[in-house]
Amino acid sequence: MGEPSPSGVERRHLDDAPVRVVSARVGLVTRLRNLLERRELLSGLISSDIRIKYKGSVLGLFWSMLSPALTLATYYLVFSIFLKNGIPNFVIYLFSGLVVWNLFQTAVNSATGVIVDRAGLVKKVSFPREILALANVGASVIYFAIQLVVLIGFLLLVGHQPAWGFLWLLPIAFAALYLFTAAVAIVMSAVTVYLRDMRHLMEVVLQLWFWLSPVVYSYENSLAPALQHHGLSALYFLNPVTPIILTFQRVFYVATTVRSTTTGAPLHILPQWSLTRFFELDLGLLAVTVAVFLLALILFGRLEGNFESEL
Amino acid sequence: MVDVVDVSAVSKQFRIHHERHQSLKERLLHPRSGTVEVFHALADINFRVAEGETVGILGHNGSGKSTLLKCICGVLQPTSGRIHLRGSLAALLELGAGFQPELSGRDNIYLYGAMLGFSRRMVDAIFDDIVAFSELDNFIDTQVKFYSSGMYVRLAFAVAVNVNPDILVVDEVLAVGDERFQAKCIDRIRRFQTEGRSILLVTHQADTVRAICDRAIVLDRGLMVADGPVAESLRIFREHLMGDAARHDERVTDVRATIESVSTPSGSFEVRSGAAMHFDVAVSAETAFSGNFVMEVFTRAGQLVSRSDAQGAPINLVPGVNHVSVDLKEIPLLDGVYDINVGVVDHLGSTVIAWRERAASMQVLYDGREGGVVELGPVIRQL
Repeated sequence: MGEPSPSGVERRHLDDAPVRVVSARVGLVTRLRNLLERRELLSGLISSDIRIKYKGSVLGLFWSMLSPALTLATYYLVFSIFLKNGIPNFVIYLFSGLVVWNLFQTAVNSATGVIVDRAGLVKKVSFPREILALANVGASVIYFAIQLVVLIGFLLLVGHQPAWGFLWLLPIAFAALYLFTAAVAIVMSAVTVYLRDMRHLMEVVLQLWFWLSPVVYSYENSLAPALQHHGLSALYFLNPVTPIILTFQRVFYVATTVRSTTTGAPLHILPQWSLTRFFELDLGLLAVTVAVFLLALILFGRLEGNFESEL
Repeated sequence: MVDVVDVSAVSKQFRIHHERHQSLKERLLHPRSGTVEVFHALADINFRVAEGETVGILGHNGSGKSTLLKCICGVLQPTSGRIHLRGSLAALLELGAGFQPELSGRDNIYLYGAMLGFSRRMVDAIFDDIVAFSELDNFIDTQVKFYSSGMYVRLAFAVAVNVNPDILVVDEVLAVGDERFQAKCIDRIRRFQTEGRSILLVTHQADTVRAICDRAIVLDRGLMVADGPVAESLRIFREHLMGDAARHDERVTDVRATIESVSTPSGSFEVRSGAAMHFDVAVSAETAFSGNFVMEVFTRAGQLVSRSDAQGAPINLVPGVNHVSVDLKEIPLLDGVYDINVGVVDHLGSTVIAWRERAASMQVLYDGREGGVVELGPVIRQL
């Protein structure tokens, strides 16, 4: 009595079953196809990631919002109230930059050690290993989505209109953000297998990176004049997170020039770029991040060959 | 019949770091130190497994058998060569399956199913079978970190066999679990065989191979030294074990002995059930040696009927041809052909000096009505 196979059909012959190849190098196309085929594993890993993180806590996902909320409150207190930076609606400015930064930071931070942490799995079950890092990115995207909903709710509450004309830039900026984050996460997860202290190093790097991105301060208002004077502004935009943050701020904060709440003087908060300029910048960035993502996959393929002996 | 596994020219090298620097800080502090040695775990392995075949991979520790299996499963990438796989594959490597300890058994089943490449819907369809097979009904919603090691393995095995893979890969896993669960696993493996699925089994237990496999491959230090019928491969496996022991054990380095022949006075290996039988085993030795004599009797199906030795009486081999006599007083076996393995081992039984697989085949004739292997001759009546 033969049991039906999972697909419900009786035992089939394997003459035309798909053939898989295990060999030293997995080509980029195969790699991408494998990733696509294992979507279900990715979603399973993301949901298990989220569930494990909040297992045994009644408030569940609420906790994932607590830390960003506290960060937001702290920066608001320090910069707007104590240091009196004079930026009106500073919470909105801060919030629209932080959602982007939080996605990048939590994803990279959690993905850095993921292959080392899941060594037991990596050594026993065959699946595309980069999915582990991508699952961490996926979980961060979920938190990002929740934060975005909170941000939009907040905007509705205070009656702040976003820049409707710029809204359609968000998907492009988000795609670039996702690809860049995934690329860094994938590479760091593999590098940490060989250099275990990357985890600590990454924490420091991310902190530095945060202050190099215009989240809590306005680039236009503080650094731009000095950098432009020396012709170095391009240097600041080497950071791929910056244009994405600027796009989000342009969409949600809207105003490029505001009147300071303390002195009444005009403040240049955001670059005065036109919609086309933003579009070109985001599209260009997207193209770059696609290339970076593919390079990350290739690099990962090179590094994964020796995982077994290093873990 | 098509080949479901095709291993061609597969080699695997590991880099062994003698002084390991696993952090950036150490690498910067010691830029040049740390020697690297290349270890060849597998060298040019070629074989195929046809649909429906059960193949055993035999080898002692460090022979590369687990490395080979991991390459086939895709857990490891071979340094060179290719492996083609046709159909779905489920693997049980060592203990368990890398479950998430924080998740419940239920969640782990779905997650592990997804790892093996099965959709949620497919796992839904077999979920109850998995739980029933694992006998974990009451614990399925308990976090896996609270499972005992036996429960853990049961769950892993239950998932792997119930997803009904086209190729099942098993590594030593039958050695764990209690006897009843082991029997259940063997049962399931046999059903797999009747369903025409292919199985790759790694073990160093000759009995398991004899009982389950159609064919066996022997690995010795990364080289494939045999690929053929089970009996032939087992013989080569024992020879290599013996050669290995000789290399490792100074005391027996110079001992070389061979089982020359097994004969009976009449020249016939036919015997009636219940009658006596006498064998004469000729052993030629190059040097003097004192050890033990071992005899094993198997059914044609590979079931071990008896393993016995000289029971403390030493066998003293002298250079030249020695004769050992084996007397079986009353053979209680039923109708059938029985294969006999004989060999000489050292006193501890740990080192094989000479061994001959299927040294003789004994034909037992029985005209009673009992079935099975052994005649018990029960008297059955109603009281």
